[in-house]
Amino acid sequence: MLKVLKIAARNLARFGRRTLLTSVLITLGIVAVLLFVATTGSFKTIMIGQFTDSMLGHLQVHRKGYVASIDSLPLNLNMPPAMVAKVEDALKGNSAVEAWSPRVKFGAMFSNFTETTSVRVNGVDPAKEAATTPLLPGRLVGERKSGPLLRPGEILVPEVIARGLKVKVGDTVVLVATNLDGSVNGKTLVVGGIVQSATGPSGKDAYVDIEDARTLLRMKDAQVSEIAVRLKDPAQLDKEYAQLGRELSGVTNKEGKPALEVHTWADLSPFSSIVRMIDLLAVFIKVMLVSIVLISVMNVMMMAVYERIREIGTISAIGTPPRRILSLFLTEGLLLGVGGAALGTAISLVVIYALNIWKLSLKFGMQSSPVTLSPAVSVADVATIAGLVIVMSVLASLQPAWKASRMDPVRALGHV
Amino acid sequence: MVLIRAEGLVKTYRAGEVEVPAVKGVDFAIDSKSFVAFVGPSGSGKTTLLNMIGCLDRSTAGKLTVMDTDVGKLDRRAAADFRGRHIGFVFQDFNLIPVLTVYENIEYPLIMVQDWPESKRREQIARLLEAVGMSGQEKKRPDQISGGQKQRVAVARALATNAQLVLADEPTANLDHDTAYRIIELMKKMRDELGTTFIFSTHDPKIMSEAEVIFQLEDGRIHRQPLPQPQPKVALHA
Ligand SMILES: Nc1ncnc2c1ncn2[C@@H]1O[C@H](COP(=O)(O)OP(=O)(O)OP(=O)(O)O)[C@@H](O)[C@H]1O
Ligand SMILES: [Mg+2]
Repeated sequence: MLKVLKIAARNLARFGRRTLLTSVLITLGIVAVLLFVATTGSFKTIMIGQFTDSMLGHLQVHRKGYVASIDSLPLNLNMPPAMVAKVEDALKGNSAVEAWSPRVKFGAMFSNFTETTSVRVNGVDPAKEAATTPLLPGRLVGERKSGPLLRPGEILVPEVIARGLKVKVGDTVVLVATNLDGSVNGKTLVVGGIVQSATGPSGKDAYVDIEDARTLLRMKDAQVSEIAVRLKDPAQLDKEYAQLGRELSGVTNKEGKPALEVHTWADLSPFSSIVRMIDLLAVFIKVMLVSIVLISVMNVMMMAVYERIREIGTISAIGTPPRRILSLFLTEGLLLGVGGAALGTAISLVVIYALNIWKLSLKFGMQSSPVTLSPAVSVADVATIAGLVIVMSVLASLQPAWKASRMDPVRALGHV
Repeated sequence: MVLIRAEGLVKTYRAGEVEVPAVKGVDFAIDSKSFVAFVGPSGSGKTTLLNMIGCLDRSTAGKLTVMDTDVGKLDRRAAADFRGRHIGFVFQDFNLIPVLTVYENIEYPLIMVQDWPESKRREQIARLLEAVGMSGQEKKRPDQISGGQKQRVAVARALATNAQLVLADEPTANLDHDTAYRIIELMKKMRDELGTTFIFSTHDPKIMSEAEVIFQLEDGRIHRQPLPQPQPKVALHA
């Protein structure tokens, strides 16, 4: 076997330029794929982080049917305290959960006493909200940045409303909301901060203390519209989603049907389709790589067999078993693949390392500070791609090698 | 002892519609340890006959026995196995493997055809290098040695697995006369030392006169009695 390797390696070296060209092609393919996977992976992580950490959390729990009519922020689909307690019990018992934040959500009219506009209001417990969406404090703009995120009696006003209605920190404003029973109530609040939108330039999400929200809505009990959940490891999302879904399926309504629904951030954000796009692109570029490897290796191996017909005739005549001849050519293909894969992986890792040193930063969304990409590939990614290339190289050599092994020695020897 | 026996051996090539009779029913026997030449004009069937003896090609009719094996009955794989075990080949164009050194070329059949352990290989190759006069050249590549030297290496490769029979189709056609003569002498010497049967084909009258048994082929038939020999050691069987 070692001798077969040696002979194969020498034959590759004998046609050095051709071998080099093919390996360079494979190498470049691998570099392209690994860099793509590394940078888009980092981009995805950051983008997803922006969504989950500033607004959505990783998972959200609602009363069944709430998300279907989330546009109107219906008050009649809030979770009663007993149901909330059951959810909180489940979350408390789960070590994968880092934090959660119960919210009371409602639509309201926002007025500075001269002008009025509509606003979506999140009644939150400031400490829990900050723990669940850690990017929230960073979204505050304007003068005040110290002290607690939000005090009772204060409101965080979305930037677009603050600008449109010329509201500053410290101003007094009023919120007017329709309660569940149809009556209207108002409450004056002090502007505690201006908050950037997490969902785009037109986002109108205001924050108040959850007790203020309940007072305004004249709620008699501590009901909750949604519970946003933050996981310790976002990679465990699918597992924890399934786990939480299972645990909460025991909470039923009067008809015995599940009363709660669990969603992932991806269900609640249009960005998930962009993530799918990126994943699709990655598949596409991998298909390209496979094609490059298949075509170039097959081409070079077909040439190798054609050029060495007399040599094949010779070794066949002196009694080399066909399977040995087969393995001789398969080994050549294998070595091409291994060489290309090793070189490609090495170059990719160096480039990825370099990208992490010379920070690649980009600005997106409403974020005031640019985010820095930190491209990375997992061992699994590298192994998968290198393995794919090597397997493809051997497969591509199969037909030429088979042809060589089946050659009739007399005809092959007579070939000029 | 008879090593090869042909009885009514026929080979007809079929190229589409046309049939080309290349060997038209020959009978002969070759003793082991003999030094045999097939001679005859171009197209007379020398290569065809050697290919059948070497199990590279199968007869159309008749019977051919090599070392007590009816080689007409061997399938592709069995034929390859038979060649690997019993027959050595020397080619007109030397056909050394270009990426291997002299040493590795001789070693090739010991690794890829048979499975010799390293120490036995080293011993055998050293012995053969010495015998064919290529000691000290074992690290050279085929493109670094002359035609005569290449054919010496080829003879050593054919003998590496201790084959009882070596077939050489026009082994001297690409060599100048002196070199050709020395290659035939080398083969004869190896026959004397090892008892290997050599069969070669040639056009060259001076070369053929080195043979001890001569089969004169013409138009697919063993045509006539051999030329008078100086001191024939083995009688002609025809
Ligand atoms: N593969 C083949 N297909 C058809 N006809 C063939 C084939 N090989 C040989 N022949 C024919 O068989 C006859 C014998 O050919 P062969 O090669 O055995 O002759 P030879 O004595 O070796 O000639 P040379 O001295 O030119 O090598 C010739 O007429 C040749 O044209
Ligand atoms: Mg011939």
